[in-house]
Amino acid sequence: MSILVDEKTRLITQGITGREGMFHTEQSMKYGTKVVGGVTPGKGGQTVLGKVPVFNTVADAAKKTKANATMVFVPPPFAADAICEAADAGIELIICITEGIPVTDMVNVYKYLQGKNSRLVGPNCPGVISPGKAKIGIMPAHIHKKGNVGIISRSGTLTYEAVGQLTALGIGQSTCVGIGGDPIIGSRFIDILELFQKDRGTKAICMIGEIGGTAEDEAAYYIKKNVTKPVVGFIAGQTAPPGRRMGHAGAIISGGQGTAEEKMKVMKRCGIKVVKSPADLGKTIQKVL
Amino acid sequence: MKIHEYQAKEILRKYNVAVPNGVLISDKSEAANAAKKVGTDVVVVKAQIHAGGRGKGGGVKLAKSPAEAEKHAGKIIGMTLVTPQTGPEGRFVKKVLIEEGMSIAKELYMGILVDRETSQVLIMASEAGGMEIEEVAADTPEKIIKEAVDPVIGVQPYLARKIAFALNLEGAALKAIVPFIINLYDAFIKEDCSMLEINPLVITSDDRVLALDAKVDIDDNAMYRHKDTQAYRDTDEEDPTEVEASKFHLNYIKLDGNIGCMVNGAGLAMGTMDIIKLSGGEPANFLDVGGGADEEMIENGFRILISDKAVKGIFINIFGGILRCDVLARGVVAATKKLHIKIPVVVRMEGTNMEEGHQILKDSGLNFLIGDGMKDGAQKVVKAIK
Repeated sequence: MSILVDEKTRLITQGITGREGMFHTEQSMKYGTKVVGGVTPGKGGQTVLGKVPVFNTVADAAKKTKANATMVFVPPPFAADAICEAADAGIELIICITEGIPVTDMVNVYKYLQGKNSRLVGPNCPGVISPGKAKIGIMPAHIHKKGNVGIISRSGTLTYEAVGQLTALGIGQSTCVGIGGDPIIGSRFIDILELFQKDRGTKAICMIGEIGGTAEDEAAYYIKKNVTKPVVGFIAGQTAPPGRRMGHAGAIISGGQGTAEEKMKVMKRCGIKVVKSPADLGKTIQKVL
Repeated sequence: MKIHEYQAKEILRKYNVAVPNGVLISDKSEAANAAKKVGTDVVVVKAQIHAGGRGKGGGVKLAKSPAEAEKHAGKIIGMTLVTPQTGPEGRFVKKVLIEEGMSIAKELYMGILVDRETSQVLIMASEAGGMEIEEVAADTPEKIIKEAVDPVIGVQPYLARKIAFALNLEGAALKAIVPFIINLYDAFIKEDCSMLEINPLVITSDDRVLALDAKVDIDDNAMYRHKDTQAYRDTDEEDPTEVEASKFHLNYIKLDGNIGCMVNGAGLAMGTMDIIKLSGGEPANFLDVGGGADEEMIENGFRILISDKAVKGIFINIFGGILRCDVLARGVVAATKKLHIKIPVVVRMEGTNMEEGHQILKDSGLNFLIGDGMKDGAQKVVKAIK
């Protein structure tokens, strides 16, 4: 089993006629994801990648293709609009890859999504993959292997690092979820932890956090209370200086809050196996399985 | 993006947020005239740098006459101001703001920020104005008032009143602060601030409400829709290497160590810094070349790394996804040859086209050290510079 995406996922891509959107849609198709359409306003009626119909609106696409998931590649100035359009059309899963959306736009999006039936993953994330079933996003597919470890991460390449280590040890993954590195994101650690806890195909969870904010602390307390499966964790940025934004808009230590040390302490106290070195993620997961 | 106090106050004026009268000068000869123009018996001379704590370093002075204002301006302009936030190297002061003096009855704190926990805009206020808010939060958290703003309705008068009453204001001050808060929020949203801090917000003895100081950060992601604000960027306040890196869309932050790192992805870049430290070394920088790096970007990245004279060795840690290892390897070989790099270079790469990448490094005839995994790579670079 797996969470969020699988064989039943019917995917559309918003921004499908753009360079990135087209390339990654093709990669997802090659992996076996059911891509049923795409949306680019003004380019409705075209067919791309041999067989994928393009629509002018998400509502059109949803009606004609019965899509239940969308991958958003729309450029930052228009991405918030694209997410709202998908939610308005009733798409259940919205995965937003776009990096660089203004934070006040996301404040509005977050509010708009309350009470809607859509789940947002991202923005500024690598996407979601359930190895052997479906991939929605920009992660390199070939490093993954089907299995029973669930991965949640704020960082893209660090997720690949963990996946690479696991696969090299012969350990597969149920689903890997990149939740994104922005201050405001649709799905937080706890939302995904809840799904992994329920998923019978997931036997252990790997959680990769970063400096900044308190989402990892919140997740740690949630795990203590609700998660019975073993969790291995890592926090990137143990050596990061305060007050500097380390690439991700969300990765900043401010006012003494959000340091790696503090997060690791809370995680340990809540029963998470915390590794100091990212090179030890694979081995440690192997031990808890 | 950080901006200066005088720029923040320019923005606030546009939104009818009351700020003191002030004149910006860059030469002491303008000081006396500026003080006369401001018109009060006492004026304040304030150094304009991006760091806080200026008063503690001698960057804020009261002057009781235009002549005294000139004397202070002469001292402050051209000084290297060291404050608790600048680090020991301090900042060079190019400009001072000469502002009206006033009789202060009460000093408050007000800040607006995006709260990650609730994904909402939050207004924070406190009667403990003029102090470091972090200290107030740590010692007496009950003294901080927090109100979340619903983006649909924004700050309505009731919310502003709620804050005002919690700050124990009354009479004319209470009336004056309600539009002040509403306008402040308006400025925050319309100018795409990521942080806006008024500390202190003062109530004068004649019940005026003013932003005595103003600290504003603008959301970098929103700069595309604020062409006018872009002009506020002061690259003199930034590290020159970081400015150079930003021209090539490279995300570079200088640190104090001697191992230069080049990594793709912010999380992995931080993880790489961590593992260098765990291996007994000190990272010289954070450098994220991103997912779509090409040969040219790799070369620019290299140039920036070695421009830091403290760098004694380089660790390249790439997990190839979209960025293919063969492209990276070609870039690394080209840059090493072109820039005549003599210091040890350790390459760890994994992912797409890894074998091809390793072959390119091998065939180059250059002396690269190969890391087998990030731990091995980190240990090799630490050993190589010893």
